[in-house]
Amino acid sequence: MADVLKKVPVREQEPKVRAANFEEVCLGYNQEEAMEEASRCINCKNAKCISGCPVAIDIPGFIKEVKEGNIEEAYKVIGKSSALPAICGRVCPQESQCEGKCIRGIKGEPVSIGKLERFVADYALEHDINPEGPETTNGHKVAVIGSGPSGLTCAGDLAKMGYEVTVFEALHELGGVLVYGIPEFRLPKQKVVAKEIEKVKELGVKFETNVVIGKSTTIDQLIEEEGFEAVFIGSGAGLPMFMGIPGENANGVFSANEYLTRSNLMKAFDDSYDTPIAGGKKVAVVGGGNVAMDAARTALRLGAEVHIVYRRSEAELPARVEEVHHAKEEGVIFDLLTNPKEIFVDDSGNVKGMKVIKMELGEPDASGRRRPVEVPGSEYEIEVDTVIMSLGTSPNPLISSTTKGLETNRWKCIVADEEFGKTSKEGVYAGGDAVTGAATVILAMGAGKAGARGIDAYLKNR
Amino acid sequence: MYKILKAEKLADKIILMDVLAPRVAKHCQPGQFVIVKMDDKGERIPLTICDYDREAGTITIVFQEVGASTTKMADLKEGDAFRDFVGPLGCASEFVNEAPEELKKKKMLFVAGGVGAAPVYPQVKWLHEHGIEADVVLGAKTKDMVILEQELEAVSGNLYVTTDDGSYGRSGMVTAVIEDLVQKEGKNYDVCVAIGPMIMMKFVCLLTKKLGLPTIVSMNPIMVDGTGMCGACRLQVGDQIKFACVDGPEFDGHLVDFDQAMKRSQMYKTEEGRAMLKLTEGDTHHGGCGNCGGDN
Ligand SMILES: Cc1cc2nc3c(=O)[nH]c(=O)nc-3n(C[C@H](O)[C@H](O)[C@H](O)COP(=O)(O)OP(=O)(O)OC[C@H]3O[C@@H](n4cnc5c(N)ncnc54)[C@H](O)[C@@H]3O)c2cc1C
Ligand SMILES: Cc1cc2nc3c(=O)[nH]c(=O)nc-3n(C[C@H](O)[C@H](O)[C@H](O)COP(=O)(O)OP(=O)(O)OC[C@H]3O[C@@H](n4cnc5c(N)ncnc54)[C@H](O)[C@@H]3O)c2cc1C
Ligand code: SF4
Ligand code: SF4
Ligand code: FES
Repeated sequence: MADVLKKVPVREQEPKVRAANFEEVCLGYNQEEAMEEASRCINCKNAKCISGCPVAIDIPGFIKEVKEGNIEEAYKVIGKSSALPAICGRVCPQESQCEGKCIRGIKGEPVSIGKLERFVADYALEHDINPEGPETTNGHKVAVIGSGPSGLTCAGDLAKMGYEVTVFEALHELGGVLVYGIPEFRLPKQKVVAKEIEKVKELGVKFETNVVIGKSTTIDQLIEEEGFEAVFIGSGAGLPMFMGIPGENANGVFSANEYLTRSNLMKAFDDSYDTPIAGGKKVAVVGGGNVAMDAARTALRLGAEVHIVYRRSEAELPARVEEVHHAKEEGVIFDLLTNPKEIFVDDSGNVKGMKVIKMELGEPDASGRRRPVEVPGSEYEIEVDTVIMSLGTSPNPLISSTTKGLETNRWKCIVADEEFGKTSKEGVYAGGDAVTGAATVILAMGAGKAGARGIDAYLKNR
Repeated sequence: MYKILKAEKLADKIILMDVLAPRVAKHCQPGQFVIVKMDDKGERIPLTICDYDREAGTITIVFQEVGASTTKMADLKEGDAFRDFVGPLGCASEFVNEAPEELKKKKMLFVAGGVGAAPVYPQVKWLHEHGIEADVVLGAKTKDMVILEQELEAVSGNLYVTTDDGSYGRSGMVTAVIEDLVQKEGKNYDVCVAIGPMIMMKFVCLLTKKLGLPTIVSMNPIMVDGTGMCGACRLQVGDQIKFACVDGPEFDGHLVDFDQAMKRSQMYKTEEGRAMLKLTEGDTHHGGCGNCGGDN
């Protein structure tokens, strides 16, 4: 019998092997392993784990079903709160959410809630188990902008309530960051994302790709000309930031968004697709979040030596711990407490190196983290041919600048209340990264649910 | 799917297509562009909107075969379809939002180089429909490469055609024509709009700066999404970094750093060269070119 204080270990691809392929790193539990891990849950009366989950999944409820081998029942329990469990089970920062609150975590390791959720959801995908279908439609039309987790969740919830929902997506694929940002080796696109979206389609939601709201049409026109009675904006925070240092426009300097989009959405890593990617031989990724880890591990798989250049220390890395751990195992080198000053460019306009400076941690700043300050005179040069800037993103002003009466704050985020996603414009609701700035999948889903509640209340009381 | 209603060869390696895309046709303005994607595995290719028919719901595009994707695209026939066709993207030309009375006072000169005739046409046509006759310089390498001449003739004030080799119209580069018009033929212009290959726009801008003629150019950097999400299309414009797909594609030509922009557009040259070889030589391309050393 395994140590009850420890999680049942999950099978993964060997680091050496996976560093050279784009297959999923974590292989997940099989039923036997899942049932064993489920038995570690003590089914707390006042289950703290639930309060750590932004969509309040009945965690002990579904785990109990897993323990007894009733996987289909477990899926139904999860399905009441989450539309995309196969995705959340993979990408939620569980350590700071559900698992961070688990009683088991006080003495030993918490119950592996994320991996169990993933197992249940994958089982449902494999066995074609569908969420509870819609009632008859009520004839009210709602438009959802963006097919990321917030939009998908809002659309799914509204469809279940009987609304006729159309999702408008700017890109040629559905899924938002789930398809263009998060790489295949962490979140398989066909096996998982496409299938979960299929389930939303089965609820009766219509999808229109290649429609950029603010350009192809506007929110006002959707309402006035196309008969939509309410709109949910889930357009994300896609605008990449750059540092503003010399040399940043050189060939070989990318935003993480560009690098990841070329590889994930356009499948540049696969030779049979037409879009090229300049993978690089020696790559510096600037930043320390999930996005930086994804860019670094993608570059690694494209054959490069990869350095993460991050201005704070390891403790402050904002990425999920599992991603940092995986990146290290695969051979990504961490240059911590280091910050770029300048990118050197050769005569043809290509990157040939980067000047960096050592940092030390000073007093805590507004975020509560100790502020990094430069160590005078500690500049040195590193030789790189590619620099990937992963400094964060902000909402695209395309929608706010073309919608009358939609209030935004000074970070260009749409102002919306948390409970119902209500904006300053009547009939228009918003949520996800477009409101909060870059956050997480599960928070975006929570906001999608709130928006659906808000829109339902609004249309019922009209 | 977006159906191709017409496909016509205008000149060697220059193709015109009418594509059914009602949403785009309903909202587009001169100066804007679309992104097309042929099939599942295709690249996203930005192309300027050359004409539109709001009633029929069609968009006209004109493109030149320059690399792997545009060469494959040229094989599409009437009745085929693009998998994706998104737009209108980018900002409309500035004059679209100017007060008509102000606009009527302006003398405008359009300069089109090569396929640049395609993006110039809807702008001159729009002005014509609003009662403004703009002059147009239409330049091409040689007689056979002159496109959209009749169409432009019908909507412009004076049309000056020129070929580099003198085989048709005036002789010499578009810059020579601009110089002649302004310095020898006593023309007075308030604004110039130059659209064509980057190198042409660069030299037009060097000239018009000397002539004190404000100049707008339409930039065509490498793009991926076309919605402001990736930053691939960034340009140095004055002391600012601009994203061509959302801030442009039109900019003050006297502020654009053309040398940097031209280097950036060479970024994928070797990669794309390989793609082109793969396309033209099929499986036999590996290791043959002495350039990439094959795939091993
Ligand atoms: C590389 C990367 C890795 C990440 N890793 C994790 C992780 O491990 N765990 C985690 O929890 N979170 C992670 N995140 C964050 C998470 O993905 C986002 O917080 C989440 O996707 C936000 O969801 P959303 O629905 O608000 O927006 P998005 O997922 O950004 O979707 C917005 C959609 O709207 C579309 N859109 C935008 N503008 C328009 C318009 N004008 N008209 C029509 N459509 C439009 C966009 O094309 C996009 O498809 C990661 C993010 C990135 C970039
Ligand atoms: C806003 C915008 C509007 C455009 N409008 C038109 C149009 O109306 N008609 C038209 O024919 N083309 C237009 N272009 C250019 C067109 O998108 C490119 O020619 C096309 O993407 C090349 O694809 P490819 O795979 O066939 O060639 P590639 O193999 O990608 O390129 C072949 C060669 O062309 C160069 N190249 C690559 N991209 C560009 C570019 N954007 N501009 C100039 N040279 C490039 C490369 O350096 C390479 O050497 C436009 C571009 C933009 C950004
Ligand atoms: S959705 Fe995320 S936070 Fe909630 S239980 Fe699942 S993994 Fe934990
Ligand atoms: S806190 Fe942990 S042990 Fe308790 S119910 Fe939740 S998962 Fe089970
Ligand atoms: S093409 Fe991606 S930001 Fe302009």
